[in-house]
Amino acid sequence: MSWVLALPIMIPFVTAVLAFLLRRSRMGDLASVGGSAASLVVAVVLIAEVLDQGVIAGQIGGWQAPFGITLVADHLSAAMVLITAIIGLSVAVWSLAEIGPTSARFGYHALFQSLLGGVTGAFLTGDLFNLYVWFEVLLISSFGLLVIGGRKYAIDGAVKYVTLNLIATVLFLAGAGLLYGATGTLNMADLRGAVAASPDQGLMTLIAMMLMVAFGMKAAVFPLFFWLPASYHTPHYAVSAVFAGLLTKVGVYALLRVFTLIFVGDVGYTHEILLWVSLLTMLTGVLGAAAQSDFRKILSFHIISQIGYMVLGLALMTPLAVMGAVFYLLHHIIVKTNLFLIAGVSQRLTGSSDLYAIGGLYRTAPLLAALFIIPAFSLAGFPPLSGFWAKFVIVRASLDLGEWLVAGVALLVGLLTIFSMTKIWAEAFWKAHPEGRQPALADLPRSARWQMMVPIIALAVMTVVIGAFPSAFLEFATKGAEQLLDPAAYVAAVLGEARR
Amino acid sequence: MNSLILSVGARFLTALFLLFSLFVLLRGHNSPGGGFIGGLIGAAGFVLYSFAAGVDAARRAVRVDPRAIGVWGMALAIIAGLASALASLDPFTGLWLILADLALSTVLVFDIGVYLAVFGAILTLVFALEETL
Amino acid sequence: METLVACLSGFLVATSIWLMLSGNLMRFLFGLLLLSNGVNLAILAAGRLTPGAPPLLGVKGELPADTMANALPQALLLTAIVIGFGLFAFALALTIQAYRTFGHLEVDRMRIAEPAEERE
Repeated sequence: MSWVLALPIMIPFVTAVLAFLLRRSRMGDLASVGGSAASLVVAVVLIAEVLDQGVIAGQIGGWQAPFGITLVADHLSAAMVLITAIIGLSVAVWSLAEIGPTSARFGYHALFQSLLGGVTGAFLTGDLFNLYVWFEVLLISSFGLLVIGGRKYAIDGAVKYVTLNLIATVLFLAGAGLLYGATGTLNMADLRGAVAASPDQGLMTLIAMMLMVAFGMKAAVFPLFFWLPASYHTPHYAVSAVFAGLLTKVGVYALLRVFTLIFVGDVGYTHEILLWVSLLTMLTGVLGAAAQSDFRKILSFHIISQIGYMVLGLALMTPLAVMGAVFYLLHHIIVKTNLFLIAGVSQRLTGSSDLYAIGGLYRTAPLLAALFIIPAFSLAGFPPLSGFWAKFVIVRASLDLGEWLVAGVALLVGLLTIFSMTKIWAEAFWKAHPEGRQPALADLPRSARWQMMVPIIALAVMTVVIGAFPSAFLEFATKGAEQLLDPAAYVAAVLGEARR
Repeated sequence: MNSLILSVGARFLTALFLLFSLFVLLRGHNSPGGGFIGGLIGAAGFVLYSFAAGVDAARRAVRVDPRAIGVWGMALAIIAGLASALASLDPFTGLWLILADLALSTVLVFDIGVYLAVFGAILTLVFALEETL
Repeated sequence: METLVACLSGFLVATSIWLMLSGNLMRFLFGLLLLSNGVNLAILAAGRLTPGAPPLLGVKGELPADTMANALPQALLLTAIVIGFGLFAFALALTIQAYRTFGHLEVDRMRIAEPAEERE
């Protein structure tokens, strides 16, 4: 039982070791792709187990919970691991075309794989301190990836990213330490009971707020998002694609986990804050995007506004809303990564990411234009794409609660998202290239064309499939939300039936 | 650094540090100590040597690229964790081989991996920092 | 003893915030280091500070309950210190690189990736 939980974490690290040792040859790149494929297989096995048996838990080293390190997979965790593996494989293939031998020798593939390992570990761990460790693992890898180009631009972005993320890290550590001091446990399932039984509920709320700030900073919610638009447009495109897809979502996942499993004692207070935070996050993100003229900067600001929707689902805390948040999380990772990959191809073809300096892609690269339409419309929430269902569920949930203002903001932000997507479309695809260049996909070397386009097509197909057959995915998300809101199965799987 | 005492003393001290780091590594099984602190002490020996004789000389003295040492250490630790699959136990469960008075275990292999990983990582960092100054 | 350590931890955090408000990256970094030390102290204090027995079982497995400090926060602390060390070393290397690239360490003037002027 434990192995199916441990392997998704171990495979990326084994791959990282191999990729590092082979970094001087082409074999290192292939090791990275092969390792990602193996991760995908294991992730599929894991999700099949979870669908079959419900929540599964395992102990590292055979030390029983709540003393040892616990790994747990419920529907949400298993789905996140699967999506991480999908994104990992797509970006690993895509980066073959972008990452040159210099970056590869510096250890790009090893860092990339250990980032994936850290993300997977964060999704699977059942222990708050272990979550901190995985956050650090992915943080250190992301630092390395951010500066790997070594350009002035990237150093500037990295300074802001590193400093602000370090503060969040220290806050997380402080919160975890105080929580241990107050309850005497760090196992998340055990914490649920311990926090509820604590005589000092005020202290619990204080710690909850510390963790909220720490995770919020990682998730880039309203007052704490400055680092994201300052840094995400600086590194390699493959790096920013995987960051955009996965890093902030780890923060959202942590919020979802901690504020449904552990801190549910004062929902009226904590979730009210989350509600206002999420509304402001959506608005500032989308308005920030409207003011930008760089392909990647627009997309970066849209990450922020989309994070708002997910946090909104958590803040409303009804089964439907949490289901919407889970569905949104899963759909968004695919869409956002794909948009960054498309931005990368566009930059490669036109030579710039400044929307005013490029153009003509619709005429010369119609395939890319068609592939851009799919995730862009999905992001904005057009039916019948995946984003429509995600937004629909969230808006529906807020209407059910009579939160008209919330629903109005969610719809308005969707509208403004269309504005940004239209801007990219008009500038990059529709208008002619200002210098009269005729960028075409055929200009790329044959191998690079395949390596870049196959992942984009695969992710676009997934978006369409989720949109066209939403019932299976919505059902899955419903099950995930049920497990989040009623964690009895989770607690029982970790601590055993005896302590239920 | 032009200190005669340091540059003469560093040679002996580096050897002493390395010996002591091995002692701490092996002692770590049932007493305070272990791979992590051992790796730190071992790395400290070479850091001291790099202060006395320069980074180039210290790199030559280590002989292998410290990054490779770190990565091999990580590989060893993972292998030690995987080994328990052979006995169909949970990952990272310790396996024991008792030869008369000598008790060998995968825990020790893991600890050696940690030792190498820490040793390599610290030296990578410190050498890189010293070279940029 | 706990009160004293708590005050010290608070003092470290206050100092670190003052340092981190500076626009100079190096001072910010020192502030961050102090902050993580303050937090580490707080965790240490959470695990009971006592000069009593080491947290080991006796020969017959008996627990030296009251005199013993909780060993887990110390283990957590060790992990946190190590991680903090790694992160700090990276941040320091980045700072050196930033100084070489920009020739100064004023974060307010690092605007290459975010140009201040807007396009007409």
